[in-house]
Amino acid sequence: MPEHFETEGYGRRDVLKLALAGAAALAVPATTPARAAAVKTSARIVIAGAGAAGLAMANRLSAMLDGASITLIDGRRPHYYQPGFTLVGAGLKPASYVVSGTASYVPRGAEWLEEAVAEIDADGNRVVTASGRQVPYDFLVVATGLTLDYGAIEGMDVGLIGKDGIGSVYAGPEAAAATYAAMARFAETGGVGLFGRPAGEMKCAGAPLKYTFLTEDTLSRMGNRGSSELIYAAHNDSLFGVPIVAEKLRMLFAERGIQTAKSHVMRAIDPARRIITYDTPDGSKELGYDFAHVVPPMRAPEAVRNSALPWQTGPWAADGWVEADRATLRHPRYANVFAVGDVAGVPKGKTAASVKWQVPVVADQLVAAISGTPSDSAYNGYTSCPLITRVGRAMLIEFDYDNNLVPSFPGVIAPLEELWISWVMKETALKPTYYAMLRGKA
Amino acid sequence: MQELDPMVFFSVFQEMLGLWLWLILALAAFGLAAFVYALVRDGGLVSRRFVWAQLAGVAGGFVAIIFMWWITNSSPADIGGAIDVVLVLAIWIGGFLGWTILAYGVLALAARGSAAVERPGALGSSFGT
Repeated sequence: MPEHFETEGYGRRDVLKLALAGAAALAVPATTPARAAAVKTSARIVIAGAGAAGLAMANRLSAMLDGASITLIDGRRPHYYQPGFTLVGAGLKPASYVVSGTASYVPRGAEWLEEAVAEIDADGNRVVTASGRQVPYDFLVVATGLTLDYGAIEGMDVGLIGKDGIGSVYAGPEAAAATYAAMARFAETGGVGLFGRPAGEMKCAGAPLKYTFLTEDTLSRMGNRGSSELIYAAHNDSLFGVPIVAEKLRMLFAERGIQTAKSHVMRAIDPARRIITYDTPDGSKELGYDFAHVVPPMRAPEAVRNSALPWQTGPWAADGWVEADRATLRHPRYANVFAVGDVAGVPKGKTAASVKWQVPVVADQLVAAISGTPSDSAYNGYTSCPLITRVGRAMLIEFDYDNNLVPSFPGVIAPLEELWISWVMKETALKPTYYAMLRGKA
Repeated sequence: MQELDPMVFFSVFQEMLGLWLWLILALAAFGLAAFVYALVRDGGLVSRRFVWAQLAGVAGGFVAIIFMWWITNSSPADIGGAIDVVLVLAIWIGGFLGWTILAYGVLALAARGSAAVERPGALGSSFGT
């Protein structure tokens, strides 16, 4: 096995040095933490969900408010650093790399109810937990994240990940590690690899592409690229929602010999026969595979879908994404409700980088609502994707609602160039920046 | 790009390095203090010692680059553009300066009694105060 694919031990991470620090600070442009005097209030703020968005929100609000009752509701104790899932899935990091504990990020002064959100009663201004406990609020921040709907793919089950050539880095740290095991077996033999993405809104739309590139790279390093065929099933006619990035990806795919099957949406998988069925404009189409990276359809969690909060019409209504103003992330029908993170029904923006940009805006807007003063704080749709193209190189792609590239280091780090510096940032600096964000310090 | 704040940099370093941040800062402070102490004590740079320290610095620069490749699962083959070359040079310079200062300080402390003997030399006079 090439050295690049060794599972990284703790030693490496534990001995990071100052030279990394420069890259670290550059990795994700930082926002200024709240420094102004805390606003006195007795408002009851409920944050539904204690993932990246919920925790970052709780920390920022607790620094900006004095006397507020802040309650996080989430039943999950482990916290997953999801941007690391592709690295685990590529065999570069162990599963433990992405795991920490929710409790360590809950700010002092905030309460964490370790229960799942069962119901959101927006008209009654209360959240009901799985045990039936009613939690009233003056302000609600919906940060529940999303649900991976593996069941929507006929024949697919989370338990299949790692078996019969099936991988999926999304289902958690162990699933990501099992995905690498399956991918590594494939890389030893070669064959047909199928990749793709669901048709609806999803987390980081770059991740399925990254995983395709990483598999291609692994095959090449194993010397089995020549005996393999890689096909990326795009849900529409384009590889990526941002046209200029899509063109670059088209060129890279051509250069790397990765085929594209356009307008192919996965409908079913048959693990026994190793066949995936796609819906295409020309009807059903079957493709055989030796390795398949399955990306499940994603939708809002049931408690959100069943509430009055989702979009009632339009492209985000069917999957239950929370209706929100795209600049303020405030609910247009329920003025005391905000949405942040994956569950927010706004274009793009289901990444940790989006969270980093959304949280200060929502915090400003919420505090402004409490203090009765207007805020001009607005989210421009910023999101970022360090698009790994091989182990050792990535493209640092940043864009906004309008598909503009918004590079943090214009003229220095080219967004559409495969660079080592972008890889170094992804490997060393993004995780610490992410954790600093959770603590409200970045 | 939003505003940058020095405290954010520090928070990121803390998350990245944990206890190592303080150890590295302590080592850097020690190296710098020893270096400055030696300069003041000896009334300038001691040429022979400085040459040895620079040799250690040259090696330190390469160690820094190799270390960076090692911890990031990458290699020289991953250099993809001009900025990558700049990064490699920056890492080398960082390693060089750090090791040179540290090595000079350590050598100076080790050679406490013999400073007067080592002092004369071309570099000493040109760099001296």
